[in-house]
Amino acid sequence: MANLKELSKQKELFTGGHRACAGCGAVIVARQVLMAAGPNTVVASATGCLEVISTIFPYTAWNVPFIHSAFENSGATISGVEALYKSWMRQGKYNKKVNFIAFGGDGGTYDIGLQSLSGAVERGHNILYVCYNNEAYMNTGVQRSGATPKGADTTTAPVGKVSKGKEQYRKDLTEIMVAHRIPYVAQAVVGNWRDLMNKVEKALSIEGPKFINVFQPCRLGWAYEPEKTCEMGRLSADTCIWPLYEVVDGNYRITYRPKTKKPVTDWIGVQGRFRHLLKPENKAIIDQIQAFTDKNWEDLLKKESLSAPAVKPSEAPKPA
Amino acid sequence: MAKSNILARTGNEAMAEAMRQINPDVVAAYPITPATEIVQIFASYVADGLVDTEFVPVESEHSAMSACIGSAAAGGRTMTGTSSQGLALMAEMLYIAAGLRLPIVLADVNRALSSPINIHCDHSDTMMVKEAGWIQIFSENAQEAYDNMVQAVKIAEKARIPVVVTTDGFIISHGMERIEILDDKDVKDFVGQYKPENYLLNLDKPITVGALDFTDYYFEHKRQQIEAIKDSMPVILDVGKEFGNKSGRSYGFFEKYKLDDADCAIVVMGSTAGTTKVVVDNLRAKGLKVGLLKPRVFRPFPKAELADALKNLKAIAVMDRSDSGNAQEGPLCLEIKAALYDANLSKALLNYIYGLGGRDIKIEEIEKIYTDLGEAIKGSKKPKITYIGVRE
Repeated sequence: MANLKELSKQKELFTGGHRACAGCGAVIVARQVLMAAGPNTVVASATGCLEVISTIFPYTAWNVPFIHSAFENSGATISGVEALYKSWMRQGKYNKKVNFIAFGGDGGTYDIGLQSLSGAVERGHNILYVCYNNEAYMNTGVQRSGATPKGADTTTAPVGKVSKGKEQYRKDLTEIMVAHRIPYVAQAVVGNWRDLMNKVEKALSIEGPKFINVFQPCRLGWAYEPEKTCEMGRLSADTCIWPLYEVVDGNYRITYRPKTKKPVTDWIGVQGRFRHLLKPENKAIIDQIQAFTDKNWEDLLKKESLSAPAVKPSEAPKPA
Repeated sequence: MAKSNILARTGNEAMAEAMRQINPDVVAAYPITPATEIVQIFASYVADGLVDTEFVPVESEHSAMSACIGSAAAGGRTMTGTSSQGLALMAEMLYIAAGLRLPIVLADVNRALSSPINIHCDHSDTMMVKEAGWIQIFSENAQEAYDNMVQAVKIAEKARIPVVVTTDGFIISHGMERIEILDDKDVKDFVGQYKPENYLLNLDKPITVGALDFTDYYFEHKRQQIEAIKDSMPVILDVGKEFGNKSGRSYGFFEKYKLDDADCAIVVMGSTAGTTKVVVDNLRAKGLKVGLLKPRVFRPFPKAELADALKNLKAIAVMDRSDSGNAQEGPLCLEIKAALYDANLSKALLNYIYGLGGRDIKIEEIEKIYTDLGEAIKGSKKPKITYIGVRE
């Protein structure tokens, strides 16, 4: 992969001048994914923050071909683009190598677009689906989604006199995608650019359907200072709220191990959406979130230990 | 004129045959009765290598139209087929396909919408999406289904408007008929190569498709789309004529059957027009001056042309195979009424809602409509809405 100095000289495929909030994590995801993918890329996006802030007519932030059609169908839309590519390649009408990347927020991916995504990867299209997961419907004003964590305050599961925020734990979409037995699934986070870009490069080198779930702090919905987005992302990994790992052909590999696993309160305590949990009477909920996080991390360690070890390039069998 | 080949085919087989000859780049589809066969037969063509098409067996009709949009925006000739609930599930994406000006062709086998669930013919599915911005072409029989599919590709690509071609569920879709088809080469020549101006797979000229319009641009873009729909009318006529030169079967917006000297006429779309022709012939043999007008193109609605064709009639009956849900006439009747109003024609106009959920329409029932029309001419029958063949 290119180093930072080289990357700084690359042509921007996702440009500035878009209308995202100050401190938006979604645009960091789009920019870094495209930096790793390069110009021979066609992008599809679900309706959502990324789409509305980047394509306000007559402007566009996309220097690659881009399509948005609706909310729940990013997977199906990119399927159609890729199907045409296959058809033209077979007919001898086209000869370029092209990456097909679909973006969707957690609303468009975990919830309304899950069927479309599941269908697309089951059919085996040669696509990379990137979920920019900010844990709620941020574009419509912070409503709960299947990705929203337990205890979070959202506008459709608000904290009230009797409610303590969202009652349910978040859905584990990454594992749902692993269960599709696709060749590449990963979790990444805003704030660890090298890890994210490595994963994108690796995914795009593999034929078939790929999925990367990128944890994306949202300063509006999570309620923190806009300059702290990348810091929030790294804190998500350091608390193991969002472990960074990849699953290649079913084999788990953790790509970032925090030196010291920080308590979830370090992450909860700096976000406005969890402010109510800091009251003594809500300590039980924080304990539950810590237990959920610990269990998730331990399960991941077990899965990694049961996986075939990753082959280091130096140990790879030499061609005969 | 090109050579014809005579075959025995059902409506579904005829549509699949047209698709084989058109050889689209991509077909994305999902099964639904009674349209399943179209894509099933087409999938066998793919499996046998008879077409170059990439077939995408999607997990829903919503995804079928979404994948079609992706393919068409990427620059490919793209087709699909569905029916009833499938078309309803696609509804959101039908509007988007039209708004993006993508020339997708859809074969819809007309079937009643739930609820109650029913798999048989009426036109409620097609009527549900009549405002989606698609050109809608109805077929009377398997021959027209084939002919309309071949023309639809050319109309869609010239007008940059998607086209839905319909047949009547089971009546046409599963009814075996004698049809004439063109040679493969003639169809290939007729539809030509599709050359999109801007497309996603053109990496040298990146485009953004599906941008967000606020109040400052949305209306202008919709206005252009409205104009394009108007502009599609001569395209439809040109293609119908060109197809006639090739096949011997010319097409316009509608068919007039023994209409020009008629005193009264029925206006009806789809397979029932065939049954009505038999009734017209029977009544003509008895010396009654009756006729038929069969609209073929329901969208865009050829208002002035229809009013002109109906201007000499003393009474008109419009048969609707769906209801508008507005406690008034059916959708076809309402539009005919509006066309007559704009032409300053005040006629005795009767509306008959028939055949919902596949209820058979019988010759005697159509004869009774002509009897009603005779009474309407005399002034003894007042315009009203009648529901035929239903237990009240």
